[in-house]
Amino acid sequence: MPVLIFAENADGVFKKSIFEAVTYARAIADQNNTSLIAISIGDVNAAELAALSKYGADKVLNVSNAKLKNFVNQAYASVIAEAAKKEGADIVVLSNSFSGRGLAPRIGVKLNAGVIDGAVSLPDQSGGKFVVKKTAFSGKAFAITELTSANKVIALTPNTYKVEEKAAAGTVEDFSVETKESDLKAMLKEIVRSAEKVSLPDAEIVVSAGRGLKGPENWGMIEELAGLLGAATACSKPVSDAGWRPHSEHVGQTGIAVSPNLYIAIGISGAIQHLAGISASKVIVVINKDPEAPFFKVADYGIVGDAFEVVPKLIEAVKQYKAIA
Amino acid sequence: MKILVCISNVPDTTTKITFTDNNTQFNTSGVQFIINPYDEIALARAIELTDGDKGTVTVINVGEAATEATIRKALAIGATDAVRINAKPHDAWFVAYQIAGYIKQNPFDLILTGRESIDYNGSKVAAMLGELLDLPSVSIIKKLEVDGTTATVEREIEGGKEVMTIPLPFVAGTAEGVAEPKIPNMRGIMSARTKPLTVVEPVEVQQTSNIISYETPAPRGQVTLVPADDTAKLVDLLHTEARVI
Repeated sequence: MPVLIFAENADGVFKKSIFEAVTYARAIADQNNTSLIAISIGDVNAAELAALSKYGADKVLNVSNAKLKNFVNQAYASVIAEAAKKEGADIVVLSNSFSGRGLAPRIGVKLNAGVIDGAVSLPDQSGGKFVVKKTAFSGKAFAITELTSANKVIALTPNTYKVEEKAAAGTVEDFSVETKESDLKAMLKEIVRSAEKVSLPDAEIVVSAGRGLKGPENWGMIEELAGLLGAATACSKPVSDAGWRPHSEHVGQTGIAVSPNLYIAIGISGAIQHLAGISASKVIVVINKDPEAPFFKVADYGIVGDAFEVVPKLIEAVKQYKAIA
Repeated sequence: MKILVCISNVPDTTTKITFTDNNTQFNTSGVQFIINPYDEIALARAIELTDGDKGTVTVINVGEAATEATIRKALAIGATDAVRINAKPHDAWFVAYQIAGYIKQNPFDLILTGRESIDYNGSKVAAMLGELLDLPSVSIIKKLEVDGTTATVEREIEGGKEVMTIPLPFVAGTAEGVAEPKIPNMRGIMSARTKPLTVVEPVEVQQTSNIISYETPAPRGQVTLVPADDTAKLVDLLHTEARVI
């Protein structure tokens, strides 16, 4: 039975996290010697749809319907579940994005399928089981979880599975469905984009700062460093609680969990709740004037020094590196 | 307005997470349990929305008798009454089916959960409830206003937010920004003891998942310290050794 991947678009474009999920779904299809079908909902042009085949989609179902232009989880779940039934797919894969989180559970209920969200590994199907590793305790642990239902829904954590090209046919077919009015009660009024160029959950590099910065007026150098590195900015809980930075930048156990390639922590002591949210980062750099700061215990690289002296020098060093590279 | 707030009983955020029985059981020894922090936000907003006799706030928890301390805390913060479904919360699927069963018998105008629980990090119950009850659901909201029979919410998306309107009843998972958690006062703590807490027996639910074991993240190696005046060295290490820039 084929695997179905929901390729969520952002303004008509598939982000890297979607290609990660397509690569991941392709690998599951290969485990099961079956085909991979992608489904896209909304306004996505032919060239963008064709990109899904580069990562292994044998077929692409394109749902272009004026009523479904904007994301409404209730209606999208109906369409995806319908496609899964029509194609006989028993595994549905999504990206564990903000939208994916609102979608996966609804699809699960519709298909009577167990749901794993926050998956970080391919399923282990040895011995006829279906076992997936997922994050638990907000990054403090992983839960090795078995799905026992016949149908399965998996939402993959962004930045945990490497994108890999694997060309497939990727024939695009139009897929039309009747939309129920009762599925469209939630109405989008407005999309408000934040000023940051790189969104935190998608970022490959994150520059994060804490109370050591003393006040919101000192964030200029953090933004400058982030800008140079193509990074997203983030902060610790006391900083967002004090209103220095928006809640959407709060990384940690009760904020956002991130898994970038590089996490640079400036003036953050490293409370256990903060460390939980960044434990999946591949490389951690800590800049703190207190050599005893707990953050150094989980850091790969560290500088013991005052942020107000070190960060401007680091900005200069990055500029010089950029000039040569 | 009748609001239902679903609460989870989770380990305190400062808990060091360890496991027993060959890494198959979460070690609860010495662990302090609290209301899931995101659920506290939902509770605080529900209390604000019904302030001044504009409605009632019922909290519901799926848990064994030991969770009643957490439920009483919610009552002390300001919930009107509470329901405990007397069962171990096996997974989100189990919890959602139990709560949906209760709501079908006892309808509410608004059903709130936290955006996710900080133990198993599912953000599944809100959307599962929506599906089971055939209601709209929004999983991660940063703002919630109710005007008559319509609500305006801000849904978090990567790099921004969406403003949406939704007719009541619906289900929403709350995140930071919706409200500030409330601290119970003495009057609240006293009255919590006598507020109604109904215990309901669970219904039979098909099982779809099982946790086989746990792992903790691999420990990181020793930190490489770079002198404060040699930031160029750090950039070089990130480029040539770590290969992340």
